[in-house]
Amino acid sequence: MATRSPSASRRHRLQIGVVALGLLPAASLAWRALAGDLGANPIETVTHVTGESGLRLLLASLAVTPLRRLFGWAWAAPLRRALGLLAFFYVSLHALTYVALDHFFDWDLLLEDVLEHRYVTAGFLGFSCMLPLALTSTRAMMKRLGRRWVRLHRLAYVAAIAGVVHYLWLVKADLVPPLTYAAVLALLLGVRAWYALSARRRPDSAKVARSAAS
Amino acid sequence: MAERVGSQPPSREITPPDLYLRRRDFLREAALASASAVLVPGIACGADTPRGQRLPGVAPGPFRSEEPPTRFEDATSYNNFYELGTDKGDPARNAHHLRTRPWSIAIAGEVAKPGTIGIEEILKSFPLEERIYRFRCVEAWSMVIPWVGFPLGDLLKRFEPTSQARYVAFQTLFDPEQMPGQRRAVLDWPYVEGLRLDEAMHPLAILAVGMYGEVLPNQNGAPVRLVVPWKYGFKSIKSIVEIRLTRTQPPTSWNLSAPREYGFYSNVNPEVAHPRWSQASERRIGEFRRRPTLPFNGYAEQVASLYRDMDLRENF
Repeated sequence: MATRSPSASRRHRLQIGVVALGLLPAASLAWRALAGDLGANPIETVTHVTGESGLRLLLASLAVTPLRRLFGWAWAAPLRRALGLLAFFYVSLHALTYVALDHFFDWDLLLEDVLEHRYVTAGFLGFSCMLPLALTSTRAMMKRLGRRWVRLHRLAYVAAIAGVVHYLWLVKADLVPPLTYAAVLALLLGVRAWYALSARRRPDSAKVARSAAS
Repeated sequence: MAERVGSQPPSREITPPDLYLRRRDFLREAALASASAVLVPGIACGADTPRGQRLPGVAPGPFRSEEPPTRFEDATSYNNFYELGTDKGDPARNAHHLRTRPWSIAIAGEVAKPGTIGIEEILKSFPLEERIYRFRCVEAWSMVIPWVGFPLGDLLKRFEPTSQARYVAFQTLFDPEQMPGQRRAVLDWPYVEGLRLDEAMHPLAILAVGMYGEVLPNQNGAPVRLVVPWKYGFKSIKSIVEIRLTRTQPPTSWNLSAPREYGFYSNVNPEVAHPRWSQASERRIGEFRRRPTLPFNGYAEQVASLYRDMDLRENF
């Protein structure tokens, strides 16, 4: 264990700053709701803001590891969990808005919607993938699951793909916003794939990396 | 490479002639906007839409829905008008780009007297009436709008459709200067729509020049738009510059964009789902719970006979 250094407290402040920033969309929504300023279709506004914030934060959490590897930003590592949990917070609000406000707990209708409409299916899949990740996000769970934790948390990739597909499948004509997210996700996954491939091509260094990880 | 000659300004510094010619409009608008921002607190933060000019001599027309009209602010700030941007708030934000005077509609195709009619002539020739219609968007939201307009059939008759005419094709203005949304090919511009002639001649189908007793706001399709209340909103084409009577079924923009999802008829039908979402219910803007969607948007009594022998699942 590293001793607590001044840089540790700086990292702590960075964490708090990122969480505060990540909560801004929710705070702004709450403020607008109190001011009656959510527009002509408030339920749609809440649905869009929570969905988009969730997707952005999920992609931000997936950007941590590539940034660390490409630019050696070791300080960014602890942000991954915070960003992932913030993403889960928004995606949960998004799902709750859909169930409670949009469909008013009409379970028959909700089931039909999830099964019959592919964009809803994709969204549901994405949310389902994030649930076990949030539940196993504690340090204790990380220790208990060991290597299985790493494997389990690869579900974040599935969740992000499902989120982007969900968005792509629901827009009517303007594909630019969802394709922008798709491009960012492709880049993030591409960096990972490139690292994985080059590690396989250099078995010695891979062995070193593996022994270092265990 | 051409050398720049001493005193000649680079082309980017020359004011485009149309902008130069509109400089007084700009000044007037800027003065008006800043004055209203000072006087009316809401306008400064963009929450309210400035009210337009009242239309004189509007008589109450038939087919008045008893339901309470949607708030004017909602009807003018939540719009699908991709020519002015794809976000619901874009049309109101970009409305000032559109110039609705002078304006004219060309009437062409299968008519005995093809020609052009100016907006002033339209306002003079057809007695204006108020129609309070339900408006159902294909995205499963709805409004109740008090339109001001006149039957489309009255205008068509003036140009004497020939016996060959079976359809009516409409076209929106194409001008990326005035319609910034057209700078990107989100749809295949210009926007086009169409009706069967008997649909167009139906007394419910109107051309609207106003709403809420006032001149139509730009974001709602000024200066003249179609309103066909038993069809999904995208059929009610906005800012019309051409009406052409044809022998064959004309192309329509959303059908060209996604033929599986948007048919030529696009009658409101809770039984026929959009391939990606249900059409069984809708959210009335201003209400919390969804309400069931009615066949032909509640106008079945008036229009169902137009489709007597048709399979509405095939002809969606």
